Amino acid sequence: MAHLDRLSGNEAVAVAMRQIDPDVMGAFPITPSTEIPQYFAQYVADGLVNTELVTVESEHSSMSVCMGAAAAGGRAISATSSAGLALMYETLYVAASCRMPIVLAVSTRALSGPININNDHSDAMGARDSGWIQIYAENNQEVYDNYVQAFPIAETENVRLPVMICQDGFITSHAVENIELLEDAEVKSFVGTYEPKHYLLNPDEPLAVGPYDVTHYYMEHKRQQAEAMRNARAAILAQAERFEALTGRKYGFFEAYKMDDAELALVLMGSTAGTAKAAVDMLRAEGRKVGLVKIRVFRPFPMEELAEALKNCRAVAVMDKSEGFSACGGPLFAETRSALYDLETRPKAINIVYGLGGRDVAVDDVRALYDRLADIAATGETGPVYSHIGVREEA
Amino acid sequence: MNNQDMVEFRWHGRGGQGAKTACLLLADAAFSSGKYVQGFPEYGPERSGAPITAYNRISSERCGIHSNIYEPDYVIVVDEGLLSCVDVTAGLKETGAIIINSSRTPDELRAHLNGYQGRVCTIDANRISRDILGQVFPNTPMLAAAVKVSGVVDVDKFTSDMEESFHHKFASKPQVIEGNMKVLKTSMEEVQG
Repeated sequence: MAHLDRLSGNEAVAVAMRQIDPDVMGAFPITPSTEIPQYFAQYVADGLVNTELVTVESEHSSMSVCMGAAAAGGRAISATSSAGLALMYETLYVAASCRMPIVLAVSTRALSGPININNDHSDAMGARDSGWIQIYAENNQEVYDNYVQAFPIAETENVRLPVMICQDGFITSHAVENIELLEDAEVKSFVGTYEPKHYLLNPDEPLAVGPYDVTHYYMEHKRQQAEAMRNARAAILAQAERFEALTGRKYGFFEAYKMDDAELALVLMGSTAGTAKAAVDMLRAEGRKVGLVKIRVFRPFPMEELAEALKNCRAVAVMDKSEGFSACGGPLFAETRSALYDLETRPKAINIVYGLGGRDVAVDDVRALYDRLADIAATGETGPVYSHIGVREEA
Repeated sequence: MNNQDMVEFRWHGRGGQGAKTACLLLADAAFSSGKYVQGFPEYGPERSGAPITAYNRISSERCGIHSNIYEPDYVIVVDEGLLSCVDVTAGLKETGAIIINSSRTPDELRAHLNGYQGRVCTIDANRISRDILGQVFPNTPMLAAAVKVSGVVDVDKFTSDMEESFHHKFASKPQVIEGNMKVLKTSMEEVQG
């Protein structure tokens, strides 16, 4: 039985955490994810969960707490943003390579400098190669649904990788919207009981976790870790299928919105996808063949599926909410253009960097991008491949 | 996505006045009457007294747009002093209204609104709050005035929902519930324009 409520994205994540009732939370606050440990601490104080809440002095330590708990055989969670995620950087890699199914909620935010508390994806994008599964949400409903699916994905035997559940800081983390919540028992049943195969607190199987790996073994472990990330693809789809059976809400690697006959398409992640859908609807009403692909799963990257979704387009704009400083485009563009390379005939592709540090993107801004794609399709001239929108001072 | 009946609100206040809280309470009230809602603040440097903006979208269908609101139906100004430093009527629809916390009349304030031709409403939220609660908390009377003027939620349903909401919000200090309810009702009676 669905329960209708209105919650901010942060509160939605906290509710999912409460329903899952994990063993340990490593907690250190940082805007705009602070509300998550704040709400959860209240649940702990009210006795609604059995979680050991460990308040620490930094994010390096909050992730270390999670790793200790995961090594011991427990379910562990944390939440962070921006500089907090950056301070976890070392431990993110350790958690992934130790194959620890930790779930980290990230309310994404710009990384300094200049210091800025508002949304973009530069924090999460910085961690894209850390070995974590990354799942992005458009709104409060999606971040809740993704969170509920996270542990079953992470704990899949041939995966055993940590999962980052990302939502746009402030834009959805602090926006109150309608939401359909599952009953606590439904979530508990969906997530199930965690029964780790190998763990430190098992006297029958003494083991070491995270010891030095000599050259003779290191590359084998890395290749196995890469295989685990490939295995995550099937696990993500399997959990999405179970979730759809429970809720009727369908998830995959991405959402293809009005793409069946689309000639012009956007590829993007997060809350702006909702704004862009409104632009698509307006343009469709005018008879224009436009659509968009909203990436949900960035790691593992759905390369073949994305190429398939875009293969009939004439022009594609990939929207990056982080500046990769590659001097040739952002990270989502690099992945998407790489995916298109294997097509026999491929669309023209441009990269749009947008929304940095909370710079707002409205429906008209997105409409203008489709006009630009229409020009590219009509003339065959791509023009500048990599550019920024919403900037008041052109370089 | 069909949001033909969508009503959009923009709140202007100062950090600490409770404009964000009022915005979230409006979302609560509209949710309780069966609407799809968005209530979200626009954050900048978080300083007490600095101008802040918050937004509501209220509709019979879910709204997927996650941008700020540039052409609101209603603008609520929680601090009259903002009229001289913020372009509060920017994009405000002439078919809508602006609701200002002020002891002055709508006619007196119209000259300060950059030629806005739509409906101008005023409510002396500071006085109502001071008289009833003994302190200046303008957000509750401004919320009530916004509901009365916009008609986005049925007034009786709003009143009963707010009472319930106050019981939740002030669970640890129930003595303030009665005063807040009186503030709410007085504001709906006194709003002019």
